[in-house]
Amino acid sequence: MIAHAFFFYFFSTIAILSAIMVIVSRNTVHAVFFLILDFISIASLFIIIGAEFLGMMMIIVYVGAVAVLFLFVVMLMNVSEQTLSWFRGSKQSKHIPVGLTVGAVILLELIVVIGGWKYRDTFTETKFLNFQTDFTNTHAIGNVMYTEYIHLFQISGIILLLSMIGAIVLTYRKREGVKRQSYFKQISREREDSVKLVEVESDKGVNLDD
Amino acid sequence: MEYFTILYKEVYKILFLIIPILVSVALIVWFDRRVWGFVQKRRGPNVVGPFGLLQTLADALKYIFKEIIIPASANKVIFILAPIVTMTLALSAWAVIPLSDKMVISDINVGILYIFAISSLGVYGIIMGGWSSNSKYPFLGAIRSAAQMVSYEVSIGIIIINVLLCTGSLNLKDIVLAQKNLWFVVPLFPMFVIFFISALAETNRPPFDLPEAEAELVAGYQTEYSGMMYAMFWLGEYANILLMCALGTILFLGGWLSPVDIYPFNIIPGVFWMIFKILLLFFMFAIIKAIVPRYRYDQLMRLGWKIFLPFSLIYVVLTSSFLIYFDLLPNKGF
Repeated sequence: MIAHAFFFYFFSTIAILSAIMVIVSRNTVHAVFFLILDFISIASLFIIIGAEFLGMMMIIVYVGAVAVLFLFVVMLMNVSEQTLSWFRGSKQSKHIPVGLTVGAVILLELIVVIGGWKYRDTFTETKFLNFQTDFTNTHAIGNVMYTEYIHLFQISGIILLLSMIGAIVLTYRKREGVKRQSYFKQISREREDSVKLVEVESDKGVNLDD
Repeated sequence: MEYFTILYKEVYKILFLIIPILVSVALIVWFDRRVWGFVQKRRGPNVVGPFGLLQTLADALKYIFKEIIIPASANKVIFILAPIVTMTLALSAWAVIPLSDKMVISDINVGILYIFAISSLGVYGIIMGGWSSNSKYPFLGAIRSAAQMVSYEVSIGIIIINVLLCTGSLNLKDIVLAQKNLWFVVPLFPMFVIFFISALAETNRPPFDLPEAEAELVAGYQTEYSGMMYAMFWLGEYANILLMCALGTILFLGGWLSPVDIYPFNIIPGVFWMIFKILLLFFMFAIIKAIVPRYRYDQLMRLGWKIFLPFSLIYVVLTSSFLIYFDLLPNKGF
């Protein structure tokens, strides 16, 4: 049990510290790396309570895909050093009141949610996911997700699809005069329609445009 | 006190896995160069030691004694961290690979997801190295490889789903044992081919080695690295290639199972079959490096997103319909 508690406090300390560093660090790329560290320590916490499937999914989806795209955007937009006035929080900035309002609302919401929690004496009692040894929590999640919550599951899928289509519509523009490579055309080219043998008469030459 | 005994046992087991892997990475580099040489009618490395077997050791010694140069404008912490991340991730994925019935460090329920997660983290070593070098070629190489690895991960994920449909378990041992009668390479042959090509792209091997395309990008993300740090990138890369071969063996070639269950074959220990199959897949990797020209970047992306992804998705539908129609789904009790 001591090892359990030790690892719990170890990973949660790293998670909280790195979450603070995400906000504090000036360099945006560093912020993304701290975000990744945060995701990984949260995934480790999931694994400690026995929710191994959720932990792995956390790493695959958030760290393996989402954070890579974050890094991509941050690197490509070259915003690694903050020089804009409102990032530094100078007095003239108009963004501070908006930010403060949003922050206050989130804090209030968190107080409402966390205030209603009932604490257990020991956290090990919550290991209900492993109630059967031959029933892994992958099976448990699959059993619930594709039966009782199938509609919610499909609706979330549709929402993701819609947002994907939206992003494509927003960024798509048809460019004129772009030469594209058509594999089918290239492969189906025959000798007859690409090569022509011409008898060139002496002193007359041949007109190539024919 | 109890924890210390557990710790001691685990460290012992880990050392017994990591040291053979590092040695076999050294041998596999030699093998790779040798095959490459033979295809091009050269000898390959043949001077140091018998058949040149110690060539990699000599190279490693050279790297150790070289000076590590850190560019003045580089982001030093991330620059040093990048090769460490690459190598650590490549080695840590081996923790769940079952080399035989009993030889596995950690037999976890979500083994295949663990490997998938670790290999999807592998892209960070490259991005970190490329970005922190603060130079054009490494940066371009890193951006390319990030896009490449993320796209091919998608198709590898869907191929894994195909195999999981047939086994009904995420445990690597169960996946191997489910192939007792029929290796998955037979019913899922198209998936095996796509897995193999995606593994080439995932590990940045030729013909998909665009991140380090030397004609365009000098050496891609490794351009600014020197000495031991370069060697660590290199070790991590080859450990990753071996890992992909092991994964292909477990998913499609029946892991440690012998090809035929008759007398002289089934008394050979499973480890030998496993290693033999890994080497077989690696031989294919090496041959392909020698005989196939490099892809163009847009062709690479087209192949990943427009051909492999739809094809493997259709195959998922096909596999699941087949399993349901012939009532072959595993784990019907759940």
